[in-house]
Amino acid sequence: MIETKNLKKVFGDNYVLNGINETINKGEKVVIIGPSGSGKSTFLRCLNLLEEPTEGEIWFEGKKINDKKADINKIRQKMGMVFQQFNLFPHLTVLDNITLAPTRLGLMTKDEARDKAMELLKRIGLSEKALSYPNHLSGGQKQRIAIIRALAMNPDVMLFDEPTSALDPEMVGEVLDLMEALAREGMTMVVVTHEMRFAKRVATRVMFMDEGRIVEQNTPEELFENPQHPRLREFLSKIL
Amino acid sequence: MFLSGSLVSWAKNFYMSFYNALVPNRRYLSYLNGLKITLLISFFAVIIGTLIGVLVAVLKVAAVNYKMRWLTHICNIYVNVIRGTPLMVQLLIIYNLIFTSRNTNEIVVGAVSFGINSGAYVAEIIRAGIESIDKGQMEAGRSLGLSYIQTMRKIILPQAVKNILPALGNEFITLIKETSVASVIAVTELTKAAQYIGSRTWDILPPLVIAALCYLAVVMGLSKLLSVFERRLAKGDRN
Repeated sequence: MIETKNLKKVFGDNYVLNGINETINKGEKVVIIGPSGSGKSTFLRCLNLLEEPTEGEIWFEGKKINDKKADINKIRQKMGMVFQQFNLFPHLTVLDNITLAPTRLGLMTKDEARDKAMELLKRIGLSEKALSYPNHLSGGQKQRIAIIRALAMNPDVMLFDEPTSALDPEMVGEVLDLMEALAREGMTMVVVTHEMRFAKRVATRVMFMDEGRIVEQNTPEELFENPQHPRLREFLSKIL
Repeated sequence: MFLSGSLVSWAKNFYMSFYNALVPNRRYLSYLNGLKITLLISFFAVIIGTLIGVLVAVLKVAAVNYKMRWLTHICNIYVNVIRGTPLMVQLLIIYNLIFTSRNTNEIVVGAVSFGINSGAYVAEIIRAGIESIDKGQMEAGRSLGLSYIQTMRKIILPQAVKNILPALGNEFITLIKETSVASVIAVTELTKAAQYIGSRTWDILPPLVIAALCYLAVVMGLSKLLSVFERRLAKGDRN
Protein backbone atom coordinates (compact mmCIF):
# COMPACT_ATOMS: atom_id res chain seq x y z
CA MET A 1 0.00 0.00 0.00
CA ILE A 2 2.80 2.41 0.95
CA GLU A 3 6.31 1.85 -0.22
CA THR A 4 9.41 3.99 0.19
CA LYS A 5 12.55 3.49 -1.82
CA ASN A 6 15.85 4.91 -0.63
CA LEU A 7 14.02 7.75 1.11
CA LYS A 8 16.36 10.53 2.21
CA LYS A 9 15.71 13.87 3.84
CA VAL A 10 18.46 16.38 4.44
CA PHE A 11 18.13 19.59 6.46
CA GLY A 12 21.27 21.63 5.76
CA ASP A 13 23.98 19.01 6.09
CA ASN A 14 22.01 16.95 8.59
CA TYR A 15 20.72 13.61 7.28
CA VAL A 16 17.39 13.23 9.08
CA LEU A 17 16.37 10.26 6.95
CA ASN A 18 19.18 8.14 5.66
CA GLY A 19 17.81 5.94 2.92
CA ILE A 20 14.67 4.15 4.07
CA ASN A 21 13.32 1.19 2.10
CA GLU A 22 10.07 0.05 3.61
CA THR A 23 6.72 -1.41 2.67
CA ILE A 24 3.53 -1.00 4.67
CA ASN A 25 0.72 -3.33 3.66
CA LYS A 26 -3.02 -2.91 3.86
CA GLY A 27 -4.39 -3.66 7.31
CA GLU A 28 -1.07 -3.35 9.09
CA LYS A 29 -0.73 -1.33 12.27
CA VAL A 30 2.83 -0.09 12.27
CA VAL A 31 4.13 1.67 15.35
CA ILE A 32 7.34 3.66 15.03
CA ILE A 33 9.39 4.28 18.16
CA GLY A 34 12.79 5.82 18.74
CA PRO A 35 14.62 8.60 20.55
CA SER A 36 13.79 12.20 19.69
CA GLY A 37 15.64 13.39 16.62
CA SER A 38 15.73 9.88 15.20
CA GLY A 39 13.66 10.95 12.18
CA LYS A 40 10.44 9.09 13.00
CA SER A 41 8.16 12.14 12.66
CA THR A 42 9.96 13.23 9.50
CA PHE A 43 9.48 9.75 8.03
CA LEU A 44 5.76 9.85 8.82
CA ARG A 45 5.39 13.38 7.38
CA CYS A 46 7.15 12.31 4.20
CA LEU A 47 4.51 9.66 3.60
CA ASN A 48 1.90 12.32 2.75
CA LEU A 49 4.48 14.82 1.51
CA LEU A 50 4.03 17.35 4.29
CA GLU A 51 7.79 16.99 4.19
CA GLU A 52 9.32 16.93 0.72
CA PRO A 53 11.94 14.17 0.51
CA THR A 54 15.38 15.19 -0.70
CA GLU A 55 15.89 11.91 -2.51
CA GLY A 56 14.11 8.62 -3.13
CA GLU A 57 10.60 7.56 -4.02
CA ILE A 58 7.32 7.18 -2.19
CA TRP A 59 4.60 4.98 -3.66
CA PHE A 60 1.01 4.89 -2.50
CA GLU A 61 -1.61 2.53 -3.96
CA GLY A 62 0.49 1.92 -7.04
CA LYS A 63 1.35 5.55 -7.77
CA LYS A 64 4.56 7.41 -7.23
CA ILE A 65 3.43 10.40 -5.19
CA ASN A 66 6.58 12.53 -5.06
CA ASP A 67 6.26 13.10 -8.76
CA LYS A 68 5.54 16.40 -10.48
CA LYS A 69 2.59 14.84 -12.29
CA ALA A 70 0.98 13.32 -9.18
CA ASP A 71 -2.06 15.15 -7.81
CA ILE A 72 -1.00 15.34 -4.19
CA ASN A 73 -4.33 16.82 -3.02
CA LYS A 74 -6.19 13.79 -4.40
CA ILE A 75 -3.71 11.42 -2.78
CA ARG A 76 -3.90 13.12 0.62
CA GLN A 77 -7.68 12.62 0.66
CA LYS A 78 -6.93 8.92 1.12
CA MET A 79 -4.32 9.46 3.85
CA GLY A 80 -5.72 10.80 7.10
CA MET A 81 -3.31 12.55 9.43
CA VAL A 82 -3.50 13.29 13.15
CA PHE A 83 -1.11 15.78 14.70
CA GLN A 84 0.47 16.17 18.11
CA GLN A 85 -1.06 19.64 18.47
CA PHE A 86 -4.51 18.53 17.17
CA ASN A 87 -4.63 21.45 14.70
CA LEU A 88 -8.38 21.84 14.81
CA PHE A 89 -9.57 25.03 13.10
CA PRO A 90 -10.39 27.36 16.00
CA HIS A 91 -12.63 29.69 13.97
CA LEU A 92 -15.00 26.88 12.98
CA THR A 93 -17.44 24.83 15.03
CA VAL A 94 -16.67 21.18 15.64
CA LEU A 95 -19.21 20.25 12.99
CA ASP A 96 -17.71 22.62 10.42
CA ASN A 97 -14.24 21.33 11.24
CA ILE A 98 -15.39 17.87 10.22
CA THR A 99 -17.50 18.77 7.19
CA LEU A 100 -15.26 21.45 5.65
CA ALA A 101 -13.00 19.21 3.59
CA PRO A 102 -15.58 16.65 2.37
CA THR A 103 -17.94 19.38 1.16
CA ARG A 104 -15.25 21.72 -0.22
CA LEU A 105 -13.73 18.89 -2.18
CA GLY A 106 -17.12 17.86 -3.56
CA LEU A 107 -16.98 14.37 -2.05
CA MET A 108 -20.26 14.79 -0.19
CA THR A 109 -23.21 17.14 -0.19
CA LYS A 110 -23.70 19.35 2.83
CA ASP A 111 -26.36 17.02 4.21
CA GLU A 112 -24.34 13.86 3.66
CA ALA A 113 -21.28 15.38 5.32
CA ARG A 114 -23.42 16.55 8.23
CA ASP A 115 -24.96 13.13 8.74
CA LYS A 116 -21.58 11.47 8.54
CA ALA A 117 -20.10 13.97 11.02
CA MET A 118 -22.96 13.51 13.48
CA GLU A 119 -22.64 9.74 13.22
CA LEU A 120 -18.90 9.98 13.98
CA LEU A 121 -19.49 12.41 16.84
CA LYS A 122 -22.09 10.09 18.29
CA ARG A 123 -19.62 7.26 18.13
CA ILE A 124 -17.12 9.15 20.30
CA GLY A 125 -19.90 10.43 22.56
CA LEU A 126 -19.50 14.10 21.68
CA SER A 127 -22.72 14.76 19.74
CA GLU A 128 -23.66 17.60 22.03
CA LYS A 129 -20.38 19.38 21.18
CA ALA A 130 -21.21 19.66 17.45
CA LEU A 131 -21.82 23.39 17.63
CA SER A 132 -19.08 24.19 20.15
CA TYR A 133 -15.81 25.80 19.19
CA PRO A 134 -12.58 23.83 19.65
CA ASN A 135 -11.20 26.16 22.30
CA HIS A 136 -14.04 25.17 24.61
CA LEU A 137 -13.01 21.50 24.57
CA SER A 138 -10.49 19.50 26.58
CA GLY A 139 -7.32 18.21 24.95
CA GLY A 140 -8.64 14.66 24.79
CA GLN A 141 -11.87 15.80 23.17
CA LYS A 142 -9.94 17.91 20.65
CA GLN A 143 -7.74 15.03 19.64
CA ARG A 144 -10.65 12.61 19.27
CA ILE A 145 -12.41 15.16 17.07
CA ALA A 146 -9.23 15.60 15.04
CA ILE A 147 -9.25 11.84 14.51
CA ILE A 148 -12.84 11.71 13.30
CA ARG A 149 -12.23 14.78 11.14
CA ALA A 150 -9.66 12.70 9.31
CA LEU A 151 -12.00 9.68 9.29
CA ALA A 152 -14.79 11.71 7.68
CA MET A 153 -12.73 11.65 4.48
CA ASN A 154 -12.93 7.82 4.41
CA PRO A 155 -9.15 7.44 4.22
CA ASP A 156 -7.39 4.19 3.33
CA VAL A 157 -4.62 4.79 5.86
CA MET A 158 -4.29 6.88 9.00
CA LEU A 159 -1.02 8.52 10.02
CA PHE A 160 -0.61 9.50 13.68
CA ASP A 161 2.19 11.87 14.66
CA GLU A 162 2.63 11.51 18.44
CA PRO A 163 -1.11 11.87 19.00
CA THR A 164 -0.97 11.73 22.80
CA SER A 165 2.23 13.65 23.51
CA ALA A 166 0.50 17.01 24.09
CA LEU A 167 -2.21 15.57 26.33
CA ASP A 168 -2.59 15.62 30.09
CA PRO A 169 -1.99 12.08 31.38
CA GLU A 170 -5.62 11.47 32.33
CA MET A 171 -6.74 12.14 28.74
CA VAL A 172 -4.31 9.82 27.02
CA GLY A 173 -6.55 6.81 27.60
CA GLU A 174 -9.60 8.07 25.76
CA VAL A 175 -7.54 8.86 22.65
CA LEU A 176 -5.73 5.52 22.69
CA ASP A 177 -9.04 3.69 23.15
CA LEU A 178 -10.41 5.31 20.02
CA MET A 179 -7.27 4.45 18.09
CA GLU A 180 -7.46 0.88 19.30
CA ALA A 181 -11.07 0.63 18.19
CA LEU A 182 -10.06 1.89 14.76
CA ALA A 183 -7.32 -0.70 14.58
CA ARG A 184 -9.78 -3.48 15.41
CA GLU A 185 -11.98 -2.36 12.53
CA GLY A 186 -9.12 -3.03 10.17
CA MET A 187 -7.86 0.48 9.47
CA THR A 188 -4.30 0.61 8.18
CA MET A 189 -2.36 2.71 10.64
CA VAL A 190 1.11 4.18 10.99
CA VAL A 191 1.68 5.57 14.47
CA VAL A 192 4.63 7.50 15.86
CA THR A 193 4.30 7.33 19.62
CA HIS A 194 6.00 6.93 22.97
CA GLU A 195 3.13 4.83 24.33
CA MET A 196 4.75 1.41 24.57
CA ARG A 197 1.63 -0.19 26.07
CA PHE A 198 -0.30 0.88 22.98
CA ALA A 199 2.43 -0.53 20.75
CA LYS A 200 2.28 -3.86 22.57
CA ARG A 201 -1.49 -4.13 22.41
CA VAL A 202 -2.23 -2.84 18.93
CA ALA A 203 0.82 -3.00 16.67
CA THR A 204 1.27 -5.75 14.14
CA ARG A 205 4.81 -4.49 13.64
CA VAL A 206 7.05 -2.15 15.62
CA MET A 207 9.88 -0.24 14.01
CA PHE A 208 12.75 1.22 15.98
CA MET A 209 14.39 4.23 14.32
CA ASP A 210 17.69 5.80 15.18
CA GLU A 211 19.76 8.38 13.31
CA GLY A 212 17.54 8.36 10.25
CA ARG A 213 17.46 4.59 9.81
CA ILE A 214 15.13 1.79 10.75
CA VAL A 215 17.52 -0.08 12.96
CA GLU A 216 15.30 -2.96 13.97
CA GLN A 217 11.74 -4.09 13.44
CA ASN A 218 9.67 -7.00 14.57
CA THR A 219 6.39 -8.04 16.13
CA PRO A 220 5.89 -6.18 19.41
CA GLU A 221 6.40 -9.36 21.47
CA GLU A 222 9.76 -10.10 19.88
CA LEU A 223 10.94 -6.49 19.72
CA PHE A 224 10.22 -5.69 23.35
CA GLU A 225 11.11 -9.11 24.85
CA ASN A 226 14.07 -9.93 22.71
CA PRO A 227 15.75 -6.77 21.38
CA GLN A 228 18.85 -7.39 19.29
CA HIS A 229 20.43 -4.07 18.46
CA PRO A 230 22.42 -2.40 21.27
CA ARG A 231 20.79 1.00 20.55
CA LEU A 232 17.33 -0.54 20.93
CA ARG A 233 18.31 -2.22 24.19
CA GLU A 234 19.63 1.06 25.50
CA PHE A 235 16.47 2.86 24.43
CA LEU A 236 14.15 0.29 25.99
CA SER A 237 16.14 0.22 29.24
CA LYS A 238 15.66 3.97 29.54
CA ILE A 239 11.93 4.07 28.96
CA LEU A 240 10.57 0.85 30.43
CA MET B 1 -22.21 95.18 31.78
CA PHE B 2 -19.37 95.75 29.33
CA LEU B 3 -18.19 92.19 29.73
CA SER B 4 -21.56 90.58 29.14
CA GLY B 5 -22.17 92.86 26.17
CA SER B 6 -18.96 91.75 24.47
CA LEU B 7 -19.77 88.12 25.20
CA VAL B 8 -23.15 88.48 23.58
CA SER B 9 -21.67 90.10 20.49
CA TRP B 10 -18.95 87.45 20.31
CA ALA B 11 -21.56 84.73 20.47
CA LYS B 12 -23.55 86.48 17.80
CA ASN B 13 -20.49 86.74 15.53
CA PHE B 14 -19.66 83.12 16.17
CA TYR B 15 -23.19 82.08 15.26
CA MET B 16 -23.24 84.29 12.17
CA SER B 17 -19.94 83.00 10.80
CA PHE B 18 -21.14 79.41 11.02
CA TYR B 19 -24.53 80.44 9.67
CA ASN B 20 -22.80 82.06 6.70
CA ALA B 21 -20.65 79.04 6.16
CA LEU B 22 -23.66 76.74 6.11
CA VAL B 23 -26.94 78.26 5.07
CA PRO B 24 -26.83 81.02 2.39
CA ASN B 25 -26.93 79.69 -1.18
CA ARG B 26 -27.61 76.28 0.29
CA ARG B 27 -23.95 75.87 1.13
CA TYR B 28 -24.68 72.80 3.27
CA LEU B 29 -25.27 70.99 0.00
CA SER B 30 -21.64 71.63 -0.96
CA TYR B 31 -20.44 69.89 2.19
CA LEU B 32 -22.78 67.00 1.57
CA ASN B 33 -21.57 66.71 -2.01
CA GLY B 34 -17.95 66.89 -0.86
CA LEU B 35 -18.66 64.28 1.80
CA LYS B 36 -20.28 62.06 -0.80
CA ILE B 37 -17.19 62.26 -3.02
CA THR B 38 -14.89 61.65 -0.05
CA LEU B 39 -16.90 58.56 0.87
CA LEU B 40 -17.01 57.33 -2.73
CA ILE B 41 -13.25 57.65 -3.15
CA SER B 42 -12.64 56.05 0.25
CA PHE B 43 -15.05 53.20 -0.39
CA PHE B 44 -13.58 52.19 -3.74
CA ALA B 45 -10.03 52.80 -2.51
CA VAL B 46 -10.65 50.44 0.43
CA ILE B 47 -11.96 47.77 -1.96
CA ILE B 48 -9.06 48.19 -4.39
CA GLY B 49 -6.57 48.38 -1.53
CA THR B 50 -7.93 45.25 0.11
CA LEU B 51 -7.89 43.28 -3.14
CA ILE B 52 -4.31 44.33 -3.90
CA GLY B 53 -3.31 43.81 -0.29
CA VAL B 54 -4.67 40.26 -0.04
CA LEU B 55 -3.19 39.35 -3.42
CA VAL B 56 0.27 40.73 -2.65
CA ALA B 57 0.31 39.25 0.86
CA VAL B 58 -0.68 35.76 -0.33
CA LEU B 59 1.78 35.94 -3.23
CA LYS B 60 4.56 36.97 -0.87
CA VAL B 61 3.86 34.12 1.55
CA ALA B 62 3.39 31.60 -1.27
CA ALA B 63 6.58 32.79 -2.97
CA VAL B 64 8.54 31.89 0.15
CA ASN B 65 6.86 28.48 0.42
CA TYR B 66 7.35 27.62 -3.22
CA LYS B 67 10.80 29.24 -3.42
CA MET B 68 9.97 31.73 -6.20
CA ARG B 69 12.50 34.48 -5.55
CA TRP B 70 11.42 36.62 -8.52
CA LEU B 71 7.88 36.88 -7.17
CA THR B 72 9.15 38.02 -3.79
CA HIS B 73 11.22 40.70 -5.55
CA ILE B 74 8.27 42.03 -7.55
CA CYS B 75 6.10 42.27 -4.46
CA ASN B 76 8.88 43.94 -2.49
CA ILE B 77 9.44 46.55 -5.21
CA TYR B 78 5.76 47.47 -5.14
CA VAL B 79 5.65 47.74 -1.35
CA ASN B 80 8.92 49.66 -1.12
CA VAL B 81 8.12 52.17 -3.86
CA ILE B 82 4.67 52.91 -2.48
CA ARG B 83 5.78 53.15 1.13
CA GLY B 84 8.89 55.10 0.22
CA THR B 85 7.27 57.98 -1.66
CA PRO B 86 4.77 60.61 -0.49
CA LEU B 87 1.12 59.97 -1.20
CA MET B 88 0.62 63.41 -2.74
CA VAL B 89 3.47 62.85 -5.19
CA GLN B 90 2.02 59.44 -6.16
CA LEU B 91 -1.36 61.03 -6.70
CA LEU B 92 0.07 63.80 -8.91
CA ILE B 93 2.14 61.32 -10.92
CA ILE B 94 -0.80 59.02 -11.55
CA TYR B 95 -3.03 61.98 -12.38
CA ASN B 96 -0.58 63.61 -14.82
CA LEU B 97 1.10 60.58 -16.28
CA ILE B 98 -1.37 57.76 -16.48
CA PHE B 99 -4.73 59.46 -16.77
CA THR B 100 -3.79 62.07 -19.35
CA SER B 101 -6.91 61.97 -21.49
CA ARG B 102 -9.04 65.08 -21.22
CA ASN B 103 -12.23 63.54 -19.91
CA THR B 104 -10.53 61.94 -16.95
CA ASN B 105 -12.80 61.28 -14.05
CA GLU B 106 -10.98 62.64 -11.01
CA ILE B 107 -12.94 60.43 -8.67
CA VAL B 108 -11.72 57.34 -10.50
CA VAL B 109 -8.16 58.65 -10.46
CA GLY B 110 -8.50 59.29 -6.75
CA ALA B 111 -9.95 55.87 -5.95
CA VAL B 112 -7.31 54.07 -8.03
CA SER B 113 -4.42 56.11 -6.61
CA PHE B 114 -5.50 55.75 -3.00
CA GLY B 115 -6.27 52.07 -3.59
CA ILE B 116 -2.80 51.38 -4.99
CA ASN B 117 -1.29 53.30 -2.11
CA SER B 118 -3.34 51.58 0.56
CA GLY B 119 -2.68 48.16 -0.99
CA ALA B 120 0.98 48.30 0.02
CA TYR B 121 0.14 48.93 3.67
CA VAL B 122 -2.72 46.43 3.71
CA ALA B 123 -0.41 43.82 2.16
CA GLU B 124 2.08 44.14 4.98
CA ILE B 125 -0.67 44.02 7.60
CA ILE B 126 -2.21 40.89 6.08
CA ARG B 127 1.17 39.21 5.62
CA ALA B 128 1.86 39.72 9.30
CA GLY B 129 -1.58 38.26 10.01
CA ILE B 130 -0.97 35.17 7.88
CA GLU B 131 2.39 34.61 9.52
CA SER B 132 0.80 34.88 12.97
CA ILE B 133 -1.24 31.72 12.28
CA ASP B 134 0.34 28.49 13.51
CA LYS B 135 1.75 26.54 10.57
CA GLY B 136 -0.02 23.43 11.83
CA GLN B 137 -3.22 25.01 10.49
CA MET B 138 -1.88 24.96 6.93
CA GLU B 139 -0.61 21.41 7.43
CA ALA B 140 -3.96 20.24 8.79
CA GLY B 141 -5.79 21.77 5.83
CA ARG B 142 -3.38 20.29 3.31
CA SER B 143 -3.42 16.87 4.99
CA LEU B 144 -7.19 16.75 4.44
CA GLY B 145 -6.62 17.15 0.73
CA LEU B 146 -7.48 20.85 0.46
CA SER B 147 -5.32 22.80 -1.97
CA TYR B 148 -3.02 25.62 -0.90
CA ILE B 149 -5.52 28.23 -2.07
CA GLN B 150 -8.53 26.49 -0.48
CA THR B 151 -6.68 26.25 2.83
CA MET B 152 -5.60 29.88 2.59
CA ARG B 153 -9.14 31.05 1.89
CA LYS B 154 -11.11 28.91 4.29
CA ILE B 155 -8.68 28.39 7.16
CA ILE B 156 -5.75 30.80 7.23
CA LEU B 157 -7.21 34.12 6.04
CA PRO B 158 -10.33 34.08 8.25
CA GLN B 159 -8.12 33.61 11.31
CA ALA B 160 -5.57 36.13 10.08
CA VAL B 161 -8.20 38.79 9.47
CA LYS B 162 -9.47 38.38 13.01
CA ASN B 163 -6.00 39.00 14.40
CA ILE B 164 -5.32 42.05 12.26
CA LEU B 165 -8.71 43.72 12.33
CA PRO B 166 -7.56 46.56 14.62
CA ALA B 167 -4.55 47.30 12.38
CA LEU B 168 -6.71 47.04 9.29
CA GLY B 169 -9.26 49.43 10.80
CA ASN B 170 -6.48 51.89 11.52
CA GLU B 171 -5.37 51.73 7.89
CA PHE B 172 -8.89 52.40 6.63
CA ILE B 173 -9.32 55.33 9.00
CA THR B 174 -6.03 56.78 7.79
CA LEU B 175 -7.17 56.27 4.22
CA ILE B 176 -10.42 58.18 4.71
CA LYS B 177 -8.55 61.14 6.14
CA GLU B 178 -5.84 61.05 3.49
CA THR B 179 -8.40 61.43 0.72
CA SER B 180 -8.31 65.13 1.63
CA VAL B 181 -5.08 65.19 -0.39
CA ALA B 182 -7.24 64.61 -3.48
CA SER B 183 -8.01 68.34 -3.43
CA VAL B 184 -4.67 68.84 -5.25
CA ILE B 185 -6.05 67.16 -8.36
CA ALA B 186 -9.11 69.38 -8.32
CA VAL B 187 -11.50 66.84 -6.85
CA THR B 188 -14.21 68.68 -4.94
CA GLU B 189 -14.17 66.36 -1.97
CA LEU B 190 -14.95 67.50 1.53
CA THR B 191 -11.79 69.53 2.19
CA LYS B 192 -11.88 71.25 -1.19
CA ALA B 193 -15.56 72.06 -0.73
CA ALA B 194 -14.79 73.69 2.60
CA GLN B 195 -12.00 75.74 1.03
CA TYR B 196 -14.34 76.95 -1.74
CA ILE B 197 -16.89 78.13 0.76
CA GLY B 198 -14.20 79.82 2.83
CA SER B 199 -13.07 81.77 -0.23
CA ARG B 200 -16.66 82.94 -0.79
CA THR B 201 -17.41 84.03 2.76
CA TRP B 202 -13.95 85.44 3.46
CA ASP B 203 -13.93 83.39 6.62
CA ILE B 204 -12.04 80.10 6.24
CA LEU B 205 -12.16 78.82 9.79
CA PRO B 206 -15.84 77.84 10.16
CA PRO B 207 -15.96 75.74 6.94
CA LEU B 208 -12.79 73.91 7.98
CA VAL B 209 -14.25 73.18 11.42
CA ILE B 210 -17.41 71.87 9.77
CA ALA B 211 -15.34 69.66 7.46
CA ALA B 212 -13.34 68.38 10.43
CA LEU B 213 -16.55 67.46 12.25
CA CYS B 214 -17.73 65.55 9.19
CA TYR B 215 -14.49 63.52 9.06
CA LEU B 216 -14.77 62.88 12.79
CA ALA B 217 -18.33 61.60 12.44
CA VAL B 218 -17.41 59.24 9.60
CA VAL B 219 -14.36 57.88 11.40
CA MET B 220 -16.31 57.33 14.62
CA GLY B 221 -18.99 55.50 12.68
CA LEU B 222 -16.36 53.27 11.10
CA SER B 223 -14.74 52.59 14.48
CA LYS B 224 -18.08 51.50 15.84
CA LEU B 225 -18.64 49.19 12.88
CA LEU B 226 -15.19 47.65 13.34
CA SER B 227 -15.73 46.95 17.01
CA VAL B 228 -19.00 45.19 16.18
CA PHE B 229 -17.08 43.08 13.66
CA GLU B 230 -14.36 42.28 16.17
CA ARG B 231 -16.90 41.07 18.66
CA ARG B 232 -18.59 38.86 16.07
CA LEU B 233 -15.30 37.32 14.98
CA ALA B 234 -14.32 36.60 18.58
CA LYS B 235 -16.97 33.90 18.95
CA GLY B 236 -14.49 31.00 18.74
CA ASP B 237 -12.24 32.43 21.43
CA ARG B 238 -11.64 30.92 24.80
CA ASN B 239 -14.53 32.12 26.97
